[in-house]
Amino acid sequence: MDKKPRTLFEKIWDAHVVAQSAAEPSLLYIDLHLVHEVTSPQAFDGLRQAGRRVRRPELTVATIDHNVPTTPDRLVIQDPVAAAQIRALRRNAEEFGITLFDIGSGRQGIVHVIGPELGLTQPGMTIVCGDSHTSTHGAFGALAFGIGTSEVEHVLATQSLQQHKPQTMLVRIEGALPAGVTAKDMALGIIGRIGTDGATGHVVEYAGEAVRSLSMEGRMTLCNMTIEAGARAGLVAPDEATFSYLAGRAYAPQGAAWDAAVARWRTLPTDPGAEFDRIVEIRAEELEPYVTWGTSPAMVVPVTSAVPDPRNAASEAERQGAARALEYMGLVPGTPIDTIPVDRVFIGSCTNSRLEDLRAAARVVNGRKVSARVRAMVVPGSEAIKRSAEAEGLHRVFLAAGFEWREPGCSMCLGMNPDILAPQERCAATSNRNFEGRQGRGGRTHLVSPEMAAAAAIAGHFVDVRSFHLDRPNAASSVNPAQERTLNAAVS
Amino acid sequence: MQPFRKHTGVAVPLDRANIDTDQIIPKQFLKRIERTGYGEFLFYDWRFDSDGTPLPEFVLNQPQYRAASILIAGRNFGCGSSREHAPWALAQHGFRAIIAPTFADIFSNNALKNGLLPVALAESAVCELMRRAERAPFELTVDLEALSVSAADGFEAKFHINEFARHCLLNGLDDIGLTLQREADIARFEAARPAWMPSLTASR
Repeated sequence: MDKKPRTLFEKIWDAHVVAQSAAEPSLLYIDLHLVHEVTSPQAFDGLRQAGRRVRRPELTVATIDHNVPTTPDRLVIQDPVAAAQIRALRRNAEEFGITLFDIGSGRQGIVHVIGPELGLTQPGMTIVCGDSHTSTHGAFGALAFGIGTSEVEHVLATQSLQQHKPQTMLVRIEGALPAGVTAKDMALGIIGRIGTDGATGHVVEYAGEAVRSLSMEGRMTLCNMTIEAGARAGLVAPDEATFSYLAGRAYAPQGAAWDAAVARWRTLPTDPGAEFDRIVEIRAEELEPYVTWGTSPAMVVPVTSAVPDPRNAASEAERQGAARALEYMGLVPGTPIDTIPVDRVFIGSCTNSRLEDLRAAARVVNGRKVSARVRAMVVPGSEAIKRSAEAEGLHRVFLAAGFEWREPGCSMCLGMNPDILAPQERCAATSNRNFEGRQGRGGRTHLVSPEMAAAAAIAGHFVDVRSFHLDRPNAASSVNPAQERTLNAAVS
Repeated sequence: MQPFRKHTGVAVPLDRANIDTDQIIPKQFLKRIERTGYGEFLFYDWRFDSDGTPLPEFVLNQPQYRAASILIAGRNFGCGSSREHAPWALAQHGFRAIIAPTFADIFSNNALKNGLLPVALAESAVCELMRRAERAPFELTVDLEALSVSAADGFEAKFHINEFARHCLLNGLDDIGLTLQREADIARFEAARPAWMPSLTASR
């Protein structure tokens, strides 16, 4: 008898249901639990108070990323509250027998960067972390989602979670991405179309030629940003690119086990004829390099356009939201995006801090100088990425241009460490959230791709990376005084 | 968990859509390792200027709303990060229920585990409550047994919540305790997992 065709999500879900009954949510087994210092201390305290243990410490892995400074003296943490939180994670890892990739271990990094690079993230798994950007791991065809601290405690105690089955959404992007348009632009383009709650209650599967053509790093960027559309998780079906990325990694299966694993992973992609609750279709050719102009990732326009006028908003609520965002951002409707000057450039975060991101930025930077008005920094996502980048000489490209080359961590993405914006400072950031105050109180964040961030650092303002002459060093590297006045007049 | 059955309290209007968890509790307060003490930092950057002086125009600082325990907000409340510090801050500030057209998924889960009830009402009903609360503070009753929101003047709207969450909230149940009753099912599932799946035991 023919089985009903199933989606990738349904296959992973079905394979992880421990128990279900009509009266309760499904109990879902969790294959990998990632832990960081910010959302875990209260969960470990809860275990202690109830006299509970960690059920499967060997399926749990911890690292330190949010609070750690990114300067070379990062082992000494000046902020006493941050230092206490890091000490708490060390103590909890020791007490409960959990592997901790500590600062300086060679494997420390942003939790969503190290999972994949160590081969811990594999197709068909369920992965959770007390962090909304856990959706990143969906790039491997793993069902991965963020949870709160009570759920962290639940997973520590039971290696499972009570979950209601989400709905499914297919985002199909056919065609080829134009040159200069990246996975980050795909993500921003999608969120701009469907909104920050466009996928609430859904697990999104990305498909289509443009998605298949992405590297694993690009797929991670795309799935990472899925939470910014409100989705529970993002998924890309595993394929040869997935398998070749994983082969030989520290925790990937070896030998006969590898063959068994790949055979299983090949059964995961969505069956022909499987149904989704919603389908969104986008042509890759319609996508451009994007820049956010407001305080939500859906407030986004192509770099070739201008700051929108709130009066054209679809509803009164949107008009108010846009007007408030423009006031916060210090922007005037109608200002061409490529005339907006930037003070800071941040290349990093779980969205865009991988080796491929750094290479792409370095290609734009190569041989040029950071604008005198800009302070720019590159923060590799992990100690391993920093080593690889340095082995390739990428750090020399950035340092010669005037970028700061930092130690790994979340850094300026959310400024829980010393890397923050001053009030009214304007930043081109490769991170994922442009919320008010996210990078520092009063700070103004514009989300872009690594290439666009690199180009903005050189030009001193946003610039279309497609027209940024890659063969002519410093062709757009400075702003003359007259332009500078125009730029400053464009913003308040 | 503190049970939730029926609550009557003053409603405060916060007419913004997409209120994200970075606004509810800014990042600088997430470094603490305790589960309590977040109430005073709720909406910190909206409530206080950079010197810590209260901003009188922000609604939560207005005397007539000081005692409010029901927050009325725009759609997609609680979007953004997974920080449970957001419902902790709301609950510890004294809120028992949030009324909005829609909620972000993770926020909603986190709120339910802290006895803070996310009540999703139709956009038109939220709008009506918002306008009335803006005119003058008034009391609302949120009844989880009857699944209704009502006011003394006859306003009434029904809401929906999944039955299991309702059961847990009404009884203040510890969901870890419930899951641990299924220990045998978990052990049976674990026995069938392929041996090649990643594990941190072997140092590699």
